Order: sequence, then structure tokens, then C-alpha cells
Amino acid sequence: MWGLDFSMVDWEEMSQAAIDTLKMLGASALLTFIIGLPLGVLLFITARSNSALLRFIYRILSFIVNILRSVPFVILIVALIPITRAIFGVSIGVEGTIPPLVIGAAPFFARLVETALREVDRGVIEAATSMGASTFQIIRKVLLPESMPGLIAGMTITVVTLVSYTAMAGMVGGGGLGDLAIRYGYQRYEKEVMIVAVILMIVLVQLLQMIGDRLVAHFTRK
Amino acid sequence: MIELKQLTKKYGTKKKSTTALSEIDLQVGKGEIFGVIGHSGAGKSTLIRCINLLERPTSGEVWVNGVNLTALGKGDLQKHRRKIGMIFQHFNLLSSATVYDNIAFPLTLTNTPKADIKKKVSDLLALVGLEDHKNKYPAQLSGGQKQRVGIARALASDPDVLLCDEATSALDPQTTDSILRLLLDINKKFNLTIMLITHEMHVIQSVCDRVAVIHAGGIVEEGPVTEVFLKPKHQVTREFINRETTGADALKLALSTTNSESSKQVKITFLGAQTYDSLLSQIVRETGVNFAILQGTISTIKDMPYGQLLVSFEGEASNINRTITLLKERNLDVEVMN
Ligand SMILES: Nc1ncnc2c1ncn2[C@@H]1O[C@H](COP(=O)(O)OP(=O)(O)O)[C@@H](O)[C@H]1O
Ligand SMILES: [Mg+2]
Repeated sequence: MWGLDFSMVDWEEMSQAAIDTLKMLGASALLTFIIGLPLGVLLFITARSNSALLRFIYRILSFIVNILRSVPFVILIVALIPITRAIFGVSIGVEGTIPPLVIGAAPFFARLVETALREVDRGVIEAATSMGASTFQIIRKVLLPESMPGLIAGMTITVVTLVSYTAMAGMVGGGGLGDLAIRYGYQRYEKEVMIVAVILMIVLVQLLQMIGDRLVAHFTRK
Repeated sequence: MIELKQLTKKYGTKKKSTTALSEIDLQVGKGEIFGVIGHSGAGKSTLIRCINLLERPTSGEVWVNGVNLTALGKGDLQKHRRKIGMIFQHFNLLSSATVYDNIAFPLTLTNTPKADIKKKVSDLLALVGLEDHKNKYPAQLSGGQKQRVGIARALASDPDVLLCDEATSALDPQTTDSILRLLLDINKKFNLTIMLITHEMHVIQSVCDRVAVIHAGGIVEEGPVTEVFLKPKHQVTREFINRETTGADALKLALSTTNSESSKQVKITFLGAQTYDSLLSQIVRETGVNFAILQGTISTIKDMPYGQLLVSFEGEASNINRTITLLKERNLDVEVMN
């Protein structure tokens, strides 16, 4: 069909690449959430604080987040090679991609968290305050549960973004489906491998989006 | 129970500030239902939000149950806020939590044991009549039901005081009445002090013992509802009352059509048991004066019946004067309009 011959695809290599992509994705998504969620909450809380000091902290955090978000991801990978080496002793391979992936995605996710929290009805926060809730209790018992659909939507967007980031990370030697597609398709003109790798990534993104949408629907009470 | 001393609240920066409240002094007694009425923008919400320090006053003191809240640190303030319940115009329920969990919310803040929470919430569900809805989410409830959840939630921590910020303003008239009845019930049952703000005289008339009229950040009139309602002194108060009874225009028309020499327009106020007596007809039969009713209301303030009639007496001047004297002798309030 169209002059393609899929018999030459090395399926073992393909499945190894798929596993690598899932590893990169899983580890970087987890760390991104662990770092991005508190950062997003911090952005939200400090932005609307009465204290001038906290608002100053907001401006600094916001500035750093904006900078990290405006650096193209490919450049971030290259720039972070020394740091990655310091942490893992390697700058390539699956582990080597984690620091740039997390540093690229966490600020992005933090902004999505901040936006989701802003959607929470001010009146509900005020009601909790009037009942004597502390700031920590408001975060845990009001902000996070009330913004759950928005947070999950944000996580979905982040994971999908991470899928394309892993492909770019692959380009500088991280492995995975993106790496495979580029190596075979672009460098060796073996379109078949590229096509299969790309289809797998498409399926992955579709699956992630579908799960995310289901969860959002499940948690929506309005 | 609540005492405000020289309460002032300014919004904005020092250079460009608007004064929402200026030097308010107010006292609300234990078990009292105290109403604050005012037009939109008068400062009602600011006033009630200053009581639990959702808004921090620019100057002045807020005392609740013998404690100066304005002098407390963050932790102590949180502790004292638990004893001040509040309900809101837009209910402000957690949309992600069930009716049960919404009512339990204040109790979870203090790590109350699960069994105690269950008992308390069941009692409150019964009190507000929502036993069958405990597993629903707020989006599945009507406005009146949501406010019942709001009330149950506010009562969960056994507060000394309940603050109501336009609690019925988003509800239809029937639902408003049922919520007001519920507020009266809990006031009687728990001897709970209630402070409510509203822009509807009807709300004040139905449930309040005392009322303050707020205008442009200051209290212009204050007193027992019977007094303020039946003998309003300030222009703003009159506007509220006229809107509730008959329009001011109808009153003007009534007065202008009967402006003859031999008549006198008189406003007679009956209060309590007098309302249903035949005093007026007894007296005019005695003095031989005729009367036409220009305007009239017979209603209740809280549980107290009252009547207010605007009549035009026709007859000889001396007889009319005698009629008025006799009415006054029977302890009726008589005001000559012309
Ligand atoms: N957060 C705020 N910032 C600035 N001005 C405010 C704020 N809240 C209220 N005001 C002003 O204070 C005045 C009183 O408002 P409010 O207490 O809400 O009145 P009411 O509840 O009687 O309608 C209004 O002039 C309003 O514009
Ligand atoms: Mg208001």
C-alpha cells in the first residue's frame, strides 16, 4: 500500500521506544504535578494577599514562571545538560530527560492551577473564612475540591504537552517514540517506522485526553 | 451581644478613598433579631461583614459576646469566628460537596469526631427539613433549599450570633417567607441573636425586634420596629415604608382630592388589641362627624397587629376637634396632616 512495507519495522525496538516514552511521561508528569500544584497554589494565594510582602513574592514567582515558559523547550534541554549531569551523572537517556521535562512543564502547569483556582467562587472562600477556616484549611477543603474539574483539565493539557516534549527530548538522545520517528524517518528515510511511531503517539494522546475528559465530567457538580 | 463602637470603614488608598461607613455605634442584645435596612450602596454589606471581620474596619471596635474582635490575632480571630454564623444572599455552598458535607464543614475544621458530626448534622437536617436531600449536591437544590443548607451549616458550630447578608434577596416571596419563619423558629428555640441586613421593609416587618436605617454610611434612624415603622422620622425610612404599603403617589393623590375647607385629614394608628376594636365608629357616632377612608393598612409587625388609617373627617370644626381628642383619649396615635 502506497509503497510502504511494514514488515521491516523492528517491533522489539518499537515497543522499547514506547515503554521509554511512557517512562519519561509518567515520571515527568508525576514530578510536574508534585512541583506545579503547590507552586500554582502559592501563586494564587500570594497574588490576592493583603500583605505587601506576599504580593512582592508573587511578582518574583510570576516573573520566574514567565521566563521559564517563554524559553523554547529545545533550548531548555540544551541549557540544562550540565544540571542534568550533576543530578544523574548522565545527560542522555530516559533519566536525563526528566529535569528539562519537569522544568519545562511545571511552570506551565502552575499557571493552569492558578487559573483553575481563580475560577472558585469568592463567596465560598469567604464563607469558609467566616467559619474560622485557616488558610491551609481553605486550600485543602475549599480551593482544591472546588477546582477539581479545572485541575484535572489542567493535568490533561499538561500531560499531552509532555507527550510532545518527550519527542523533542528524544531528539537530543533521550530515546522513546519521538526519537525513533526522527532517527528512522528523518535520518534514514524509513517512513514506516516513523509512521508507526507517530500513530502510537496519536493513540496515546487520544487516550490521555479521553481519560481526562471522563474524569472532568465525573467531578463536575455544577 | 454585638456592640459596634465608632466603626469606620474606608475603601481605597489614603489619597483616593470612599467612606463606606462612618462612626457607626450600634448595640444588639442577646436573643434579639436586629435588622438593618438601606438602599443599595448604603453600606449594609460592609457593616455586617465588619462584624466577623471579613472586612477589617479602618477604625473603631467590634465587640461580640464580650470580646473585642478587632484586637485579636489571626488564630484567636479564627476561633471566635466559629461562634459567629453567617448566611449569604448567594448561599456560598461548596458545589463539590453534598448537603451533608456542607453542613458538616464547620465541624471538620475543628476535627470533631465523626460520630458527633453525624449526630449534629442529622439534627440540623431535621431542623431545616432536608433529611431527604442529604446526599444531593447544591446544584440539585432550589434556592430555598440551598438557603436552608446555609442556615444549617451556620448553626453547626452552635454560634452565639447569626449574621444574614441579604439572605432572602435572591428568593421568591413564598420562599422568603418560609426562610424568615425558619429564622424566627431558631431565634426562639436557641435564643440566638440574629442580625440581618436587607433592602426590603417586608423582611424587617416580619421578623425584626429592632431596626436601624442606614443611609450613605451612617445610621439615620434606629429603634423598635413598631416605632420606626409606624412613626418614621427620616425621609429614607418613609420611602421604604411607603413602598411597602401604598405608593407615595397614591397618598398625594388622596390628600389633594379632599382638600376642602370643612375637612381635616388625619392619620390614626392602632396598635395591638386596639386594631380589631370598633373605637373609630363608636367615637364618630358620638360626635356626629363623617369620615372617608383615603388610605389604610391593617397588618402585623412580627406578631403584633396594627392598623393605620388615613381618614378625612367632614363636619363642624369643633366636632372634628372633639373627635380627635376622644381618639387620643383612647390611646390612639393621631396625626393631623393638614
Ligand atoms: N471592596 C470594595 N472596594 C471598594 N469599595 C467598596 C467595596 N465594597 C463596597 N464598596 C463601596 O462601599 C459602599 C457600600 O457598599 P456595600 O456595603 O456593599 O453597600 P450595600 O450592601 O448597602 O449595597 C459602596 O459605595 C460601595 O461602592
Ligand atoms: Mg450588599
